[in-house]
Order: sequence, then C-alpha cells, then structure tokens
Amino acid sequence: MSAFCLADCPIDVARLGRELASRSAGACVSFEGWVRDRNAGKAVLRLAYQAYPALALAEGERILVHARERFAIEHALCVHRVGELEIGDLAVWVGVSAAHRDAAFAACRHVIDEIKAHVPIWKNEFYRDGASGWLHPDGSPVSA
Amino acid sequence: MNYRLLYFASLRDRTGCASESLATDAADPRALYAEIARRHGLGLAMERLRVAVNGEFAQWDTPLQDNDEVVFLPPVSGG
Repeated sequence: MSAFCLADCPIDVARLGRELASRSAGACVSFEGWVRDRNAGKAVLRLAYQAYPALALAEGERILVHARERFAIEHALCVHRVGELEIGDLAVWVGVSAAHRDAAFAACRHVIDEIKAHVPIWKNEFYRDGASGWLHPDGSPVSA
Repeated sequence: MNYRLLYFASLRDRTGCASESLATDAADPRALYAEIARRHGLGLAMERLRVAVNGEFAQWDTPLQDNDEVVFLPPVSGG
C-alpha cells in the first residue's frame, strides 16, 4: 500500500493503525480531520472533496517521504477522502509511529500542515442558506 | 499544437467541463491560461494558480509539447 491514498469510501482507522505498528516504536500519534457543521460563521450542511489524483498521489507521497527523512519516525501514513461527506465524517487521517513521542507529534503536525497546503484537493462547502463555494487555505471563497 | 486540459473545483464549475482538448498557438502555460481565461471568462488571476504539466508541477514559462496534459490548479483546500 502506498503511504498516501485517496479514498472514496469511509477510512478504516483500525486497519491503518495496525500498519503503523513496529516493535521499535514507543509512540503513535494520529490526527483526524472531521467535517464541521460551521465555517467562517456559516452553517455547513455537507461538503464534497475533489482531487487531481495523479498529482495528489505524487505530492502526498513526497510529503510522507520527506517526513520520514526529516523526523526520527518509523512509519507515516495518510488517507484523504474524496467525494461527498456529511457532518462528522472523517475527511483526512494522518498516523505516525516513532521510537519516542516528540518526533511522532512533530511529524504528524508537519504532515497534516503540508497536506493541507500543497496536495491538489479542493473542498466545496454546501451551506444551510443554499449557497455553496470552493475554499482555499485561508477559508475565504474562491470565485473563478 | 494540441493540448488536453483538465479542470478542477471553481475552474471546473466556470468552464462547465472536467476536461477539454484545445488546438492553439500558445507555447507555454502563461499564454495558454491567458487564452482559456479569455475564452471561458475566468476571473482567477494567474498569480493565485499553480500549473501542472503531465502530472507534475511546472513553471509558467515551461515550453509545452504537442499533446501535453495541462492543469491550472486553484488554491488547494484539502484537510
């Protein structure tokens, strides 16, 4: 399995956790990004993620390879959902195992920040007032 | 030259298509974006976009080849 995956169905966190296991790992840190019911003061009903798969997979893999080089960690994995999601759904999962917790926390934080900043995935929020809009990282809507 | 263009997010909404083929004299992504922005009435400034050619990030002045796949990427918002 690649370290970075796109998924069009719910993420199996238990299975991913087992893939992080290592006899020499004393720490495991994971991050779960959930779909929230509000953003920038607007009530959100649901959202949809769109990805450019070829580049998203390459860029996600690059970020995880870089994390393994930069931090003293054993494994780093990430899965990002695409398609339609409901409030409370798990949208993105990052997991890191390491000998010690400092590296695991730092690497997990680094990976999710890099994924959000660089991987070509876009979020379309659908609001209670009937409007919808694609977002960019500062949360403000993008108009083409 | 002929290019295959893929569109995502707000650019897909605005162009009304996920992909299109285009025959044009544009020889680099800068000229190509100017042409499709005019053609589709796109309001996103080039400064806010990145460009990918054949599945890899590219520069705006990278010379394009016939049949290249070109993607103009709006600011990303995964996570």
